[in-house]
Amino acid sequence: MKIVIASGKGGTGKTTLATNLAYLLSQNCPVILSDLDVEEPNSGFFIKGKKIQEKQVFRMMPEWDREKCVLCGNCQRVCNFNAVIKLGEEVLVFNQLCHSCYACSELCPQNALPMKSYEVGKITEFEENNIHFVEGKLNVGEEQAVPLIKETIDFANNNFPSDILRIFDAPPGTSCPVIEATKDADYVILITEPTPFGLHDLTLAIEVMRELKKDFGVVINRYGIGNNDVIEYCKVERIPLLGKIPNMKKAAVAYAKGELLSEAIPEIRSAFNTIIQNLKVCEVFS
Amino acid sequence: MKEIVVISGKGGTGKTSITAAFAMLAGRNAVIADCDVDAADMHLLLQPDYARSEDFYSGFKAKIDQNLCIKCGKCKQVCRFDAVQKIDDSYNIINLDCEGCAYCAEICPVKAIQMVEQNVGKWYISQIKSEAQMVHARLGIGADNSGKLVAKVKKEAKNISQETGKDYILVDGSPGIGCPVVSSLSGANYVIVVTEPTLSGFHDMKRVFELIQNFKLPSGCIINKQDVNAEISEKIVEFCTTNKIDIISKLPYDETFSEAMTQGKTIIEFDEENLKNILKDSWSKILLLTDTH
Amino acid sequence: MKIAFTTKGTEWDSPIDPRFGRTDYFLIYDEEKDELSTVDNTEINEVAHGAGPRTAQKLFEQKPDVLITGNGPGGNAATVLNQSGIKIITGAGAMTAKEAYDAYKKGEL
Repeated sequence: MKIVIASGKGGTGKTTLATNLAYLLSQNCPVILSDLDVEEPNSGFFIKGKKIQEKQVFRMMPEWDREKCVLCGNCQRVCNFNAVIKLGEEVLVFNQLCHSCYACSELCPQNALPMKSYEVGKITEFEENNIHFVEGKLNVGEEQAVPLIKETIDFANNNFPSDILRIFDAPPGTSCPVIEATKDADYVILITEPTPFGLHDLTLAIEVMRELKKDFGVVINRYGIGNNDVIEYCKVERIPLLGKIPNMKKAAVAYAKGELLSEAIPEIRSAFNTIIQNLKVCEVFS
Repeated sequence: MKEIVVISGKGGTGKTSITAAFAMLAGRNAVIADCDVDAADMHLLLQPDYARSEDFYSGFKAKIDQNLCIKCGKCKQVCRFDAVQKIDDSYNIINLDCEGCAYCAEICPVKAIQMVEQNVGKWYISQIKSEAQMVHARLGIGADNSGKLVAKVKKEAKNISQETGKDYILVDGSPGIGCPVVSSLSGANYVIVVTEPTLSGFHDMKRVFELIQNFKLPSGCIINKQDVNAEISEKIVEFCTTNKIDIISKLPYDETFSEAMTQGKTIIEFDEENLKNILKDSWSKILLLTDTH
Repeated sequence: MKIAFTTKGTEWDSPIDPRFGRTDYFLIYDEEKDELSTVDNTEINEVAHGAGPRTAQKLFEQKPDVLITGNGPGGNAATVLNQSGIKIITGAGAMTAKEAYDAYKKGEL
C-alpha cells in the first residue's frame, strides 16, 4: 500500500502529516516513510534515527573525449536542451540541462561523447524504532528532481518487504516532480489550509489527481482560520474529508523546533488518530 | 524603473500575502508581475480583470504521423523514457512521458515524427484593485516549469512600465531554488526574502541566498511569524548581518493575515493597525534601499 | 579591443539589459575599427531550456574581449564565458550602452 501526501500550495503541512502519521502508525506496525521533496527534504528534522545506509544516485551524462572529437558539431545540433555547446575547439556539456536522452552520444560519428555516470544526489536510509525513513536529496546545484524522485521511490519499494505500509512525502506544486511522485500511488492525501489560497491550490492539485486517475482524500490543516469553503467544496465534489488538524500557535512553535506534533500536543494527536480511523473506513488500509 | 523581487525559498512563509500588501501600498506607480506561475495566488487578493489573455507555448512533444510510419520500431529502440509504446499494430507517443528530446524524430528513416510545441498555459494582463496593471499567468498540469514563462511575465511587465512611465515593477517570485527562481531574479534591482524562524524556513533561506549571491544582488529580509521561535529568529538576524543582507522588518505571528485573505483583502485594506504599520514602514524602507543601492 | 554590451536596443543610447541569458541584443563595439555592430538575440524568448549557454555561444562567436552587463550571467552562461576568456564586467544595469562604455573607460565599473 503506497500512500502519497501532496498539496498544491507549499507550506500547508505535508511533512507534518507524513511524519506524524508515520510515527503514530509505527506504534503498531513497521512503516516506511520516504521524503520525495528532493530539492529540500525536511522530514529529517522530525524523524531522527540511526543511519543504515547511503546510496549515491547517478544519471548518465555525456563526457567529451577531446582526442576523438572532430568538431563536426552534430552533438550540438541534435541536443534540444542547449546542454551541449561547441565553443571554438571545445565541446562543453551542461549537466544540469542534460536530460540523458543519449542522442548526442549515440549519434556522434566518432564516439567522442561516451555516456558516463554522474552523481546527482543521494538516498539515505535511517531507522528509528518501527520507522524506516528513506530520504532523497539532490546535490546542491542539481536542478532536475524527477530522476532522483524516481530512484527514491524505487528504493523504498524494492528494499523492504512488500507488505509494509509506505508513506511518501511529495514535493509541493503541480508540475513534473509531483506527477512523478504521485503517478504510482495507491492513495493520495491532499492537505491544505482552509483559506482562499488553500482552496485555490487544492483545486489545482485535484485536477492533477483526476488526470492521473488517483483515489484521494483531503485533510484540512490549521482548521479554525479562514472559512468553510474547503469543507463545502469537498462536500459538493464528493471528496472524502479525512480530518481537520486544529490551528494552534503552539503547534507552530513546536514545529519550529522540529518536534512531532502528535507527541507535543494531545489535541493534535487526536486529530491525527481520527485521520487514521477515516483512512481505515475508506478502506485505504486495515 | 526599478525591479523589486520577493522570494522565499520555502513555501507558506507569507510571501504572496506580503507582496500583495506592498502592491496596494505602491498603488498606481508600480506594475505587478506574479511569477509564481506553478500555483499563482496573488489574483485572489488583487482582483484582476483579465482584460487581455494569450496562450503560452513551451516544450515539445513528439508526434507520429501514422500515415507515414513504416512501423520499423526505431523510435521505440532509442527512446530512453519509455514514451513510445506499441499498441496493437501501431506506435504511439505517451505524452506524459515524452521529454521532448527529439531523438526519435532525428532517427526516423521516413521523417514521420514531428516535434510539436505544447500549449501549456496562459498569461494575462489585468488591471487590479489598486488601479495598477498586473501581469500574471497560469501553467497547466504537469507542465515543464522552466524560466521561460517567468521571463515572459517579467518582460511584459517591463514593457508596460516603460510605456506608461511607472517607477517600479514588483515581482512575486517563484518558490524553490531552480530555474524559475533564477529567471525571477535576473534583472532585479533589489531582492526581498520572506522567511520564517523554523528549521526548514532558515535552511531554505540559506540555499536561496546562494542564488542571490551569484547574481551579486542587494537584498533584504523580512522575518514573518518571528515570535514563533526567538532563537532561530536570532540566528536569521545573525546570518543577515554577516552576509550584508538588510533586515527590513519582523512581523509577529498573526492570524489577521488569513482573516483578511479569507475576505479577499490584502492586510492594507483590512481593519487592523499593527501589521499594516509594520508593512507600511517596510515598504518605505524597501523603496529607500532600492533607490540607494 | 572589442567590447560587448547586453542591451535592449541596437543603438549607443539603448539601455543596458541587466540580464545575460535572455538579453534582447548584444551591441558590439570594435575600438580599433571604431565600428558598432549588433546581434539580435530576441529568439531566446521562445527557448525554454538552456538560454544561458545558447546566448553565451552567440556571444562567443563575436569574439569580444570584454562583456559589460548588469547583474551578470547565471551559472551555466558564466561557465561558457569563463571558458572563452571573455572578461565580465557587471554593474551597468541602470545605464545606456554609451554611459556604460564611458564608465568602463574611466575605470568606474
